[in-house]
Amino acid sequence: MTAFLLRRLIQAAAVVLVMSLLVFLGVFAVGDPIEILISPEADQFERERAVKALGLDLPLWQQYLVFLGNALRGDLGRSFVFNEPALKLILERMPATLELAIGATVAALIIGLPLGLYAGLKPNSPVSKGIMATSILGFSLPTFWVGLMLIMVFAVQLGWLPSTGRGETVTILGMRWSFLTSDGIAHLIMPALNLALFKISLVIRLTRAGVRETMLMDYVKFARAKGLSPARVTFVHVFKNILIPVVTVVGLEFGGTIAFSVVTESVFAWPGMGKLIIDSINVLDRPVMVAYLMMIVLLFITINLVVDITYSLLDPRVRLEGKQ
Amino acid sequence: MSAPTLEVRNLRTHFFTRGGVVKAVDDVSFTVEAGKVMGLVGESGSGKTVTGFSILGLVDAPGRIAGGQILFKGRDLATLPEAEMRGLRGNRIAMIFQDPMMTLNPVLRIDTQMIETVLAHAKVSREEARQRSRDALGQVGIPSPDERLKAYPHQFSGGMRQRVAIAIALLHKPDVIVADEPTTALDVTIQGQILAEAQKLCAQFGTALVWITHDLSVVAGLADDIAVMYAGKVVESGPVTQVLDAPLHPYTLGLIGSVPSRNRRGEPLRQIPGMTPSLLNLPAGCAFRSRCPRAEPGCAEPPPMAEYRPGQHARCIHPHQEAVAA
Ligand SMILES: Nc1ncnc2c1ncn2[C@@H]1O[C@H](COP(=O)(O)OP(=O)(O)OP(=O)(O)O)[C@@H](O)[C@H]1O
Ligand code: SF4
Ligand SMILES: [Mg+2]
Repeated sequence: MTAFLLRRLIQAAAVVLVMSLLVFLGVFAVGDPIEILISPEADQFERERAVKALGLDLPLWQQYLVFLGNALRGDLGRSFVFNEPALKLILERMPATLELAIGATVAALIIGLPLGLYAGLKPNSPVSKGIMATSILGFSLPTFWVGLMLIMVFAVQLGWLPSTGRGETVTILGMRWSFLTSDGIAHLIMPALNLALFKISLVIRLTRAGVRETMLMDYVKFARAKGLSPARVTFVHVFKNILIPVVTVVGLEFGGTIAFSVVTESVFAWPGMGKLIIDSINVLDRPVMVAYLMMIVLLFITINLVVDITYSLLDPRVRLEGKQ
Repeated sequence: MSAPTLEVRNLRTHFFTRGGVVKAVDDVSFTVEAGKVMGLVGESGSGKTVTGFSILGLVDAPGRIAGGQILFKGRDLATLPEAEMRGLRGNRIAMIFQDPMMTLNPVLRIDTQMIETVLAHAKVSREEARQRSRDALGQVGIPSPDERLKAYPHQFSGGMRQRVAIAIALLHKPDVIVADEPTTALDVTIQGQILAEAQKLCAQFGTALVWITHDLSVVAGLADDIAVMYAGKVVESGPVTQVLDAPLHPYTLGLIGSVPSRNRRGEPLRQIPGMTPSLLNLPAGCAFRSRCPRAEPGCAEPPPMAEYRPGQHARCIHPHQEAVAA
């Protein structure tokens, strides 16, 4: 296991290095922030001073090395707009986004697993057919449109749920969280469900396919031949097997959920990283964009590692290979 | 005289598929007494496994038992409510599956899979259930059973997995075991060991054993009685020596002829000509007609099962009753 982890960490470092170069070049190609940051009336002298202060006068490779050196010290530059460290800006908003993404993932599992299980066990019942038809909607309806519909119905017409912001928060470990107050949870429900929409459909389909495939396996029939109760066959013999693909896919999807939260955060004015990055792109706040993208890269790599470890915990065949 | 342990009477198990009704088992009858071994033979697709699943009540949709009786100590299993059937499954009636590599759940430890079987039918503590599981592993010749209990299926070889499956089947000392070609996937030495053990255990516990196979030499060494299946029907049945020495049905004779034998060395193996017919469009009358060297016009009528010699039945209107030179 240690050797496995070490190898994975070295791989991860290499990926981060390559990605940092790509991100840096990509953001550089997007546009020249000077045009936006400096008022058109500024004279040549003021302009040059600003360029120097931001380090934009150096050749590209030097800018990259400076960026890399600073990044290694945990400094991803200062926001042109807020004049604060970009990393700090991102980290301040990360809990909101994480909370939203975790909420969406939990909702997807809580809703998707039972529905998928039912649809897999009773494939021909009308209820199952309804579940499957609805799940197609989950795949195909645009997130922002569903978000707006949710606001229309539950916030505007019924007035049950608030439509913007995080609500009341509690500070733990220096970070603000909504899910610990009832007002916060009320604010979290709609955005989390909106973000979960695609995932719920994904979990339903994965679970159903897994159940249908597993039910045909000899070991399920053998479990029945042992005289086990249907509940034990379903929840131990079948469920444990389908958990492997579901956990893998949902885990790998988590990075995508965070990236996708940009849309949901904009619709519900959820003050997370997604909203920050949209604002930053509008004003070409380069350090914030770079810092955000690097955070996403790190996140994806961490998620992959965690999924691999979880997978090996669930599947004994993988676990033991690592030991030998 | 008390009822035999297992008596299958005119069993019909049909699959109602889109393409039509597949009569996988269509009039199968046999009897197994306590401590006896019944060999159920026939080529691939003849309905042996489906017969086994019918006995356990494990036929899944679109299939169902469409007729006949499965009498277990006089009680008809075909009409037994599922809850009662579950109480018998794995307890009084156990099954060993064809493919040992697929029988055990890959993500559960051996102890989990054994203990759950004990606890499904016996009110004992977990510790007691573990003891019983360990003893059962020891009984089928698995070394250091305590350690092996903690292992996962993929850590066992095919032969060892089949032993585990047999140990699971033996946990409750069942009255009936249906063993579905349990040794075909294994190499010959291990096959021999498992056969010997099965025979010993059945004699010891008085278990009625249904041994499904397409290997006549296995049946010859192991079984007391034999039933030969062809296209879902039993075409010949009787005491094993009698049937193998003097088969009545042309199909049985063909099967025997296609097995390599020491006293016919040098001669080419006789093959049964033609192919097994599709169960969806069986020829009217005798299903073996298109491949039978003795076919005559009368074979277009379905032949009845008849007793041609004491205890030996065949489903053929023109059986080999003359002295056989096999
Ligand atoms: N679920 C099903 N739906 C339709 N037909 C089925 C189904 N299960 C089995 N059958 C049919 O039943 C027939 C008998 O199958 P069975 O598995 O009992 O054969 P077998 O004698 O065990 O053969 P083998 O030696 O290959 O194991 C086959 O022709 C098969 O096509
Ligand atoms: S009934 Fe006729 S066709 Fe069928 S096995 Fe007997 S002789 Fe052959
Ligand atoms: Mg079979």
